[in-house]
Amino acid sequence: MELAFIIEKLILVTILFVLTLSIAAYSTWAERKVAAWLQDRVGPNRAGIFGLLQPLADGGKMFFKEEIIPSGSNKWLFIAGPSLALLVSFLGTAVIPFGQNIELFGRVVPLQVTDINVGILYIFGVVSLGVYGIMIGGWASNNKYSLMGAIRGASQNISYEIAMGLSIIALLLVTNTLSFKEIAEQQHGWHWNIIYQPLGFIIFLVCAFAETNRVPFDLPECETELIGGYNTEYSGFKMGAYMFAEYINMFVSSAVMATLYFGGYNYPGMDAVNSALGATWGPVIGIVVMFMKIIAFIFFFMWVRWTVPRFRYDQLMDLGWKVLIPLAIANIVITAIVITVVDKL
Amino acid sequence: MESLSGRKKVLEQKPMNFWERMYLPAILKGMGITFMHMFKKKETIHYPEQEREFSENWRGMHSLKRDEEGRERCTACGLCALSCPAEAITMISAEREKGEEHLYREEKYAAVYEINMLRCIFCGLCEEACPKEAIYLDGPIVPADYLRKDFIYGKDKLVEMPIKELEALKGATV
Repeated sequence: MELAFIIEKLILVTILFVLTLSIAAYSTWAERKVAAWLQDRVGPNRAGIFGLLQPLADGGKMFFKEEIIPSGSNKWLFIAGPSLALLVSFLGTAVIPFGQNIELFGRVVPLQVTDINVGILYIFGVVSLGVYGIMIGGWASNNKYSLMGAIRGASQNISYEIAMGLSIIALLLVTNTLSFKEIAEQQHGWHWNIIYQPLGFIIFLVCAFAETNRVPFDLPECETELIGGYNTEYSGFKMGAYMFAEYINMFVSSAVMATLYFGGYNYPGMDAVNSALGATWGPVIGIVVMFMKIIAFIFFFMWVRWTVPRFRYDQLMDLGWKVLIPLAIANIVITAIVITVVDKL
Repeated sequence: MESLSGRKKVLEQKPMNFWERMYLPAILKGMGITFMHMFKKKETIHYPEQEREFSENWRGMHSLKRDEEGRERCTACGLCALSCPAEAITMISAEREKGEEHLYREEKYAAVYEINMLRCIFCGLCEEACPKEAIYLDGPIVPADYLRKDFIYGKDKLVEMPIKELEALKGATV
């Protein structure tokens, strides 16, 4: 392994880390802005122009707040909960290709931290670890509301992971690969997977809402019933870590959805653009397109949050087990039959 | 039973049909509604720069009025204190000395006049009770403060500014 390779990856990881953090920070700003717009308000506009310094003010506030660790709590696990949630949410970005190979200083740099051939499995592993942050935090708080939130979070995530996995299997029948890089390359131009897997995408989208604990599936932290759920006892920066983890999860799942179903960095007419701009600036356009898709998805997440009320818990379980899983299985069967028939013809 | 008002609505509790059970059409409809709200006029009043206009019958902070010659109108009759349902007003009267005719209109005046703004309910009964048209609730919102004692407003805060001073102030700013 040459030195340049290590430096290249180190820079890429650093950029990605900072980028993820800043996107998560500005998601908090965007959430408040979108909420305000949808409710005929203007949203934060005091800190800096358009309130753009609001995340800094919020972050500063989080740092200076008193950190309370309840005396009845398990101290180690109480700290481990938010740390785990934050750590795990960062891991997801490692396998997502943010652009084509880009030519920089005479080197061809892949815009993906690592292209492991089981990328989708990796994402699933990491996402299912995310529930431990909630479970540990909720349990360690030694608070009934937190425990309820943790239990809800655990059962909800486990239920929806099944439907999510099944919807991905149908996608894998189409793509024949688990590697994110190859899936992105297959969707060159406008051959996006959404065209072949519309039902799979809808199932995946619903499950993504459940996995990230966003409205209408925010039962683990519902403020009105559980006064905050698993993070009831958290304050200061640990609370901030949970909130950040949620927004990073949102970013990662937006990126995954954009890559799996909406062509990632691909866009119609990219060949012409690439040949016109060369091997350095062509991929840059691809990165911009990728991030536009991600931001559109993040906006969609927020848009849904400020439209739809929270599901009741039995409705949530009904939807997961009785609707989404049968639908996903039907989707697999239909996809398999169509693929077989098309191959035979 | 027959509805007397004619406004009674009987809701049917049908089981949901297939489309309704899918939730998605209803959700999409709702999202359409919220999206349209993004382009509507914002209701926000940007407070420190912009202020909401008070209505004509708005009752705010009290002011003790002066007459045309700048003399205090209040004669310390105590009717306002008597009419006050919240017991917010107290005063101590004094007799007008010779040479104070330019300060007080009547022969008796309020040496101390205090309104406890924490007790006041801004009902305006003092305004109605006053025979001398000396008190009106035509001021701004009573500002917030830190200590209870600071909410007891004396004459220094209540009495209207003399016309001359007011004009001098206006002349200075214009």
